[in-house]
Amino acid sequence: MNTEALCALNVNGVSHNYGQRRALDDVSLSIPAGAFCGLLGLNGAGKTTLFSLITRLFDNTSGHVKVMGHDVRRAPKLALQQLGVVFQSRTLDPDLSVMQNMTYHAALHGLPHRFARERAMAELQRVSLDDRAGEKVRALSGGQMRRVEIARALLHQPKLLLLDEPTVGLDVGARRDIIEHVRQLVGDDGLSVLWATHLIEEISEQDRVVILHHGRVLAAGIGSDIIAMHKARDLKSVFNTLAGVGVGEAA
Amino acid sequence: MTAQIAKTSATAGRYGIVGYWRCLVGIVWREALRFLQQRGRFIAALVRPLVWLFIFAAGFRSVLGVSIIEPYETYVLYEVYITPGLVGMIQLFNGMQSSLAMVYDREMGTMRTLLVSPFPRWFLLSAKLLAGVVVSIAQVYVFLAIAWFWEVEPPLIGYLTILPALILSGLMLGSLGLLLSSVIRQLENFAGIMNFVIFPMFFMSSALYPLWRMKESSPLLHDLCAFNPFTYAVELIRFALYGQLNGYAALVAVACTIGFMALAVFAYNPSKGLIARRGGPGGAA
Repeated sequence: MNTEALCALNVNGVSHNYGQRRALDDVSLSIPAGAFCGLLGLNGAGKTTLFSLITRLFDNTSGHVKVMGHDVRRAPKLALQQLGVVFQSRTLDPDLSVMQNMTYHAALHGLPHRFARERAMAELQRVSLDDRAGEKVRALSGGQMRRVEIARALLHQPKLLLLDEPTVGLDVGARRDIIEHVRQLVGDDGLSVLWATHLIEEISEQDRVVILHHGRVLAAGIGSDIIAMHKARDLKSVFNTLAGVGVGEAA
Repeated sequence: MTAQIAKTSATAGRYGIVGYWRCLVGIVWREALRFLQQRGRFIAALVRPLVWLFIFAAGFRSVLGVSIIEPYETYVLYEVYITPGLVGMIQLFNGMQSSLAMVYDREMGTMRTLLVSPFPRWFLLSAKLLAGVVVSIAQVYVFLAIAWFWEVEPPLIGYLTILPALILSGLMLGSLGLLLSSVIRQLENFAGIMNFVIFPMFFMSSALYPLWRMKESSPLLHDLCAFNPFTYAVELIRFALYGQLNGYAALVAVACTIGFMALAVFAYNPSKGLIARRGGPGGAA
C-alpha cells in the first residue's frame, strides 16, 4: 500500500477487449513519482488502448488503474486532476488562437480566466511560443502544435504527464526539441512521464522501459537491467528478440 | 508569500461550484467562438431557412391556405405559418450537426480533450449540449430579424417569450442528436442523417402544414406526425412566438429531453456505454 502511494501511476492486472479481440492482456506497470518511463511497442501493441483506460475514456473491467494513488474508476475526479495528456491525434482547435485553446482547457479544469492566462503565458514561455499566443493554431508548424499541446497539458499543474507517440510526423529537429523539453520537465519539476513510442532511439538505457507487444507486457524495468537480463547488446536487440521483429513484423 | 496566497486563492474551489460554472462558460464560449470563426458554417446555417422562407413559402403561398388556428387570431400568410417550423429546422440541423461532429471525424480529438476533464461526464455532455443550443439561438434570432422584413411580424413580446421555448426545444433536439451519434453506427455521415432523421422529422411534423390538413389526406400520417417529438418543438415555438404557452407541447419536450439525455449519458458511460465496445473515438489506431 505504501509503495503504491509513492507511485505516480499504478496499473495492475488490466485487460481490455474490443469485442472478440483482446487488446490488453493482464497489463501491470508502475511509474515512481518523478520518473520518466518509456512505453515501447509497435503500432497495435495496445498503447493507445492503455492510454484510453488511464484517461478513463473507457473503464477498466479488470484490475485497477491508479493515478497518484487515486483509483481512476472509483475516484475519477481526483485522478484526472493529476493527469495531463497529449494525445496521438492533434487535438488543438485550428480555428482558434493558441491562447483561446489554452484558456478553454483551463476552463475544463475550473481555473479562473485571469489566472489561466498567466499560467498559459508561463507554460508557453517554457516552450518558447509565448510570442505566438495570439495566432491561430492553423498557422503553426507540426512541432509547434505539439509544444502547445504539451504546454496545455501542464496548464492545470498535473503530477503525471501522458504522451501518446508525441513525435509522430515531426522532423528530426522538432522531435529532439520535444524529447529534451519533456526530459527537462522530469528533471526540473519532478514531473512523472509516461512516453509511448515505437521509436527505440527516443528511450535511453537509464530510463524505465515497459515493452508492450500484442497487449502483453514482455519486459519492464530500467533499460540497462533489461539489457543485462537478456544478455543483449542494446534495447533494440532486446526489443527485436522479444517482439519477433525481423520475422516480418517491423513497424 | 503573497504570490503563494494569491495562487492558492485562485485555484481554490476550482473543482467546486465555481469551477463548474467556469467550465460551463468555457465550453459555451468556445462553441460560440468556433461558430463565428467558421464563416461558411454561419452563412450555410442562415441561408437554409431563408431559402425556404423566400422561395418555398412564396411558391406555396397561393396553393396552401391556412385557416385560422391557434395561436393566430386572423388568417395568416403561409410565410408566417412556416416561420416557427423553420426556426425548429435551424435547431434540428444544429442539434444533429454539433452532436455528430462531436463524435465522428474531425472532432474526435476535441471529444477526448473534453472527456479528460475531471468534471463528471454527464455535466460535460450537458454543457456541450447547452453550448450548441446557445449557438442555435443566435442563429434563430438573426433569422427572425431577417424574416421581419419579409412581413413575418410577430408581437414584440414574442421575441422574448420564444427564448425559453428555444432553450427547451434546442436541448431536446441536441440530446436526440447526442443519443443518435452514440447509438447508431451506420449513420456515420451527414447525408444519412439528412435522409433518415432530419427530412422525415421535418416533413412529418406541423412545420409546413397544420396537422388537421395531414389528417384529411392520411390518418396514419397524422398519427405519425402527432408521435413526432419535432412536432411538439415546433408547436412550442409557434405559441411562444405569439406570447402563449402550449403546455402540452412543453411537457412532451421536457419528457423527451430527459429521456434522450438519460440514454445518451448511459451510452457515453465508460463502463456500460458503446464507446468502449466499438473501440472508442478515433479507434485504437
